[in-house]
Amino acid sequence: MTEYWIPKNINFLWAMGVILLTLFTALVVSGIFLLMYYKPDAKLAYDSVNFTIMQEVAFGWLWRHIHATAASMIFVIIYIHMFVAIYYGSYKRGREMIWISGMLLFVIFSAEAFSGYMLPWGQMSYWAASVITGLFGKIPVIGPDLLMWIRGNYVVADATLTRFFMLHVFLLPVVIIMIIGMHFYSLRIPHVNNQEGEVLDFEAEEKKYKEGNKKESKVIPFWPVFLSKDIFVVCAFMVFFFYLVCYHYEFAMDPINFERANSLKTPTHIYPEWYFLWSYEVLRGFFFNGNLGLVVFGIVQIIFFLLPLLDNSPVVKPAHQRKAFQVWFWLLVVDMVVLTIYGKLPPVGNNRYVGLVASLIFLALFFVILPLISRAEKKGA
Amino acid sequence: MKELKILAILIIVIGALYYGVEPYAHSIMEPKTAPADFAFKDLKPIDLSRGVASKGKDLVAQNCVACHSLKSQKIPAPMDKAAAGVSFGVVPPDLSHIASVLNPQFLAHFIKDPTKAALLTHKYKDDHPYPMPAFTQFSDQDLADIVAYLVSIAPKNLSDKQVFMQACQRCHDIKYDKLYAITDHKDLHRYLGSNAPDLSMMIRSLGREKLEVFINDPQKLLHGTAMPRVGLTKKAQEQVINYLEQTGDSKHHQRHRLGIQIMLFFAVMTLLAYFWKQKVWREVH
Repeated sequence: MTEYWIPKNINFLWAMGVILLTLFTALVVSGIFLLMYYKPDAKLAYDSVNFTIMQEVAFGWLWRHIHATAASMIFVIIYIHMFVAIYYGSYKRGREMIWISGMLLFVIFSAEAFSGYMLPWGQMSYWAASVITGLFGKIPVIGPDLLMWIRGNYVVADATLTRFFMLHVFLLPVVIIMIIGMHFYSLRIPHVNNQEGEVLDFEAEEKKYKEGNKKESKVIPFWPVFLSKDIFVVCAFMVFFFYLVCYHYEFAMDPINFERANSLKTPTHIYPEWYFLWSYEVLRGFFFNGNLGLVVFGIVQIIFFLLPLLDNSPVVKPAHQRKAFQVWFWLLVVDMVVLTIYGKLPPVGNNRYVGLVASLIFLALFFVILPLISRAEKKGA
Repeated sequence: MKELKILAILIIVIGALYYGVEPYAHSIMEPKTAPADFAFKDLKPIDLSRGVASKGKDLVAQNCVACHSLKSQKIPAPMDKAAAGVSFGVVPPDLSHIASVLNPQFLAHFIKDPTKAALLTHKYKDDHPYPMPAFTQFSDQDLADIVAYLVSIAPKNLSDKQVFMQACQRCHDIKYDKLYAITDHKDLHRYLGSNAPDLSMMIRSLGREKLEVFINDPQKLLHGTAMPRVGLTKKAQEQVINYLEQTGDSKHHQRHRLGIQIMLFFAVMTLLAYFWKQKVWREVH
């Protein structure tokens, strides 16, 4: 670790990766404890979570709250990590593999979160699973068969729970760990980006450092210099994290999910967890044509993968040094916040039009404005 | 300074997002309701100040014990639970503790016209009558006497669980405390038109604030429900909610105690990490 070199010119936003690793570790450890008492059976699941784990097992509630809160917080940090990369152009010039493996992680984490959300067999788990798996049924030709294959039944039932359990506790975590390895490995060659997008001669800078010119060198070793700052950020984050775990868990544990799943009673409002809301709103945004919504929904799932292609300008600088890109960046942030908020609100009256306009802006930002910006920058460069 | 600016921007964006999907969205999705009314202002006050318990005792003996038991007064139920469930749909409550949990005004109005007081006129009509008849023949003085009698025999203090058993257990289970409804589920379903839910986790799915409005007037949050307005006093209702918390969220206090300790631990760690980081970075800056 002492032989891995990081630019000195970075801020605390570069600590998000280590926070993610910490949260993922917390998820695995708390998950193992939950696994000892959880029963993947439609008849037993709800009580094994709400009675056995939450009340009978010593500190079972703590493990469950850590697990649920970390699952939600990991998405907060993933989004920050992602937008930091977009802001500083870290998806460009030799760093494409880092970006793509990161986006792969995002997608697999989404599947991991979705499969885990279903396990407590609460009302919202059940209905969210019903709605989201139902989307696969709308795919042309193979849809209905695919839906049956995914659910293992005509409706979300015990078979669905059992296979989601397997995905959540075994297959997806293994895939995640493998992609994390790939994500780290792809960092070794192009190295970590820095605040100015500056290209460093890592070998020369490393030599300076080793010769004792630590102050002149533009790089620092991973251990102890880089990690000393990360550990400070992680500890400060943990104060906030445990505030959420013990006093404010309801943001990650929807109260309606403490109601047992009931296949005969639909909740008044069905909505996914907050981190899926923006893409859910794109799905609902094209309210006049469900199939169109589904197509666009499919596109936005992979849109971020295409970022290195859509922005192929050779300029690697932070957004505040690329004026047009900076405007684009903040429009994207605002648009995604709007999509997220309206994704939760009931789709009635003007809300539907807000959803439609925000979805169209989202598509335009990626497919029209971003290529135009990079074309202009290429000419200028 | 620059890092503090970045942190401020992060907090603003995440704060806006949080506000939008939590407090704001829920304020739109959930109907706004008036706060709980423990004075039962919709019922016209009956003068209960001159009630005579001894006269009330006679009235109860003549009118109530045909269906109700008063175990503390050694008056048994005329029917066993199974027979009562089949006949009425729900087992009539024992009246020994009734005045310990109900508001006296509500109790008087309930005797006079049960469906009206319980806010169930939409549910129980001539073709599906409410099992307890309206005692419209009682004068206000009769009602005051009966209430005075029931108050005179009611204990001043009941445990949280006893209040729950009096107020809720005729229909509801608390599986997590091995407490089951007195009435058979099949009879209840026929009587209510649906199942009465198990209340083990109600404290977590509704939370204290919503429970306070809901128990006081179920129609406000669940329009058309067969759950009656029970007429609990503020104190009795708090005891019911406390009991729900003890059974459904038994680790509440542990959570609050431990939370501050873990946060303090990480606060100390943060300080130590900060000093260490300063020491390490002094060499490179």
